[in-house]
Amino acid sequence: MAVKVLIPTPLQKFTNNQATIECNGGNIDELIDSLEINCPGIKSRICDDTGKPRRFLNLYVNSEDIRFLDNTDTALSDGDEVSIVPAVAGG
Amino acid sequence: MTQATVTKARTFTHLVSKEGGVKYPLEALNVCEETFSPLEVAYDYDAIRAQVSRETIEAGPNSIWRYKAFLPVESENPIDVGTGMTPLVKSNRLARRLGLKNLYIKNDAVNMPTLSFKDRVVSVALTRAKELGFSTVSCASTGNLANSTAAIAARAGLDCCVFIPSDLEAGKVLGTLIYNPTLMAVKGNYDQVNRLCSEVANTYGWGFVNINLRAYYSEGSKTLGYEVAEQLGWKLPDHVVAPLASGSLFTKIYKGFREFAKVGLVDDKNVRFSGAQAEGCSPISQAFKEGRDFISPVKPNTIAKSIAIGNPADGVYALDVARKTQGNIEDVTDAEIIEGMKLLAETEGIFTETAGGTTIAVLKKLVEAGKINPDETTVVYITGNGLKTQEAVQGYVGEPLLIDPKLDSFERALERSRTLERLEWQQTIV
Repeated sequence: MAVKVLIPTPLQKFTNNQATIECNGGNIDELIDSLEINCPGIKSRICDDTGKPRRFLNLYVNSEDIRFLDNTDTALSDGDEVSIVPAVAGG
Repeated sequence: MTQATVTKARTFTHLVSKEGGVKYPLEALNVCEETFSPLEVAYDYDAIRAQVSRETIEAGPNSIWRYKAFLPVESENPIDVGTGMTPLVKSNRLARRLGLKNLYIKNDAVNMPTLSFKDRVVSVALTRAKELGFSTVSCASTGNLANSTAAIAARAGLDCCVFIPSDLEAGKVLGTLIYNPTLMAVKGNYDQVNRLCSEVANTYGWGFVNINLRAYYSEGSKTLGYEVAEQLGWKLPDHVVAPLASGSLFTKIYKGFREFAKVGLVDDKNVRFSGAQAEGCSPISQAFKEGRDFISPVKPNTIAKSIAIGNPADGVYALDVARKTQGNIEDVTDAEIIEGMKLLAETEGIFTETAGGTTIAVLKKLVEAGKINPDETTVVYITGNGLKTQEAVQGYVGEPLLIDPKLDSFERALERSRTLERLEWQQTIV
């Protein structure tokens, strides 16, 4: 299952400066493992010591925050777009 | 228009990750590359202490730039559009109504040039943007930041592209367009706008005040702390109540007080920090009440659009500040927000926007719950102007009395209005 992943600038050093990567995975956890195989070292940046995405990092599946879905169990289908976006300040 | 002239050595030294303490150079950077946590500007406080005193600050410009030694800019002539030094009003009638003895209102509804506290952060961010060589500046905004970025960019001669949610109040849209930026109205809520901007910031070489300039930008809010301390006669208050959107302003007022104590400008003491959210967007308040140390994002649904951030980036730090200072975080309904706006206007003559209504309503709620001591010196921060969000109170403020240009028409109308007032008054008493 091919899923398009949008990579933020601070992580592009792991992707040969590519802003998007095609990856596989039935859910977010699997996708992160698959990213790690393609881009060694990236998982420890995305995830904290417990293996879950860091608290300042937001993950979206087709523009929806995974925390409104099933978190890292959120199922992925062919053609989905996953974006990884650091939280920003606001107002 | 004053031009600040300060010729002191640079007092800020590097950026540092708020988690893990990784150091970074003084460039335009989004977040810590390792933990993705926000970056904070670090200062040499010995250098600041050597440069400033109460007297040098009092002799400085009548704007935020009197505190330049505490701000992350190097320019001898920062962009000074008269931002800051807004009134700190001793409240009489609102205080009496609430049963408080020492209530002050920090009135950024009349901040210059665009009538919200955002002019503080944008003045700092755009001064730094010029220093870093940006020719285009940008932001994601719930409205006030858009107004301010567009206005101050116009003044500074910078190209400007602003992103807002498409459902913003008309006043905030018009109040941005007048400065002729490129204005993108995004079909989505603020969090979606922010996400888009993060992606744009990755690919365009623009200075986004709240993304890659965020570390500098957010420091501007510290001046809300400095000014209150100076205006109270170089003293810290006992308690502050401020609105919470991303949580940044709240934590920076705290930082401002800490810094003033650190360099000896004021005596140190614990200032209690209480935060205000709208019930329709209260992720920080919910976390506070449930004793959580993490924020679960929400989808905003409130009239308080300027503080409707469902995924607040500095939420965890705001929680931390409220807890460690023995403050509170509370939320109020849209109806209470409108009542808060009316209460402030009717008692103090200050017309604030929905965020200010939220803050006043939370102040009232905290007083009623016994969480503010009547003797405490309490400062409530009003951060925006009601003329920008007129839709919010339309239909709740009555109608003018339409009369003929004749004395008897006036007298009949006056009698009618007095009868109505009496009836309302009797109803209130019962």
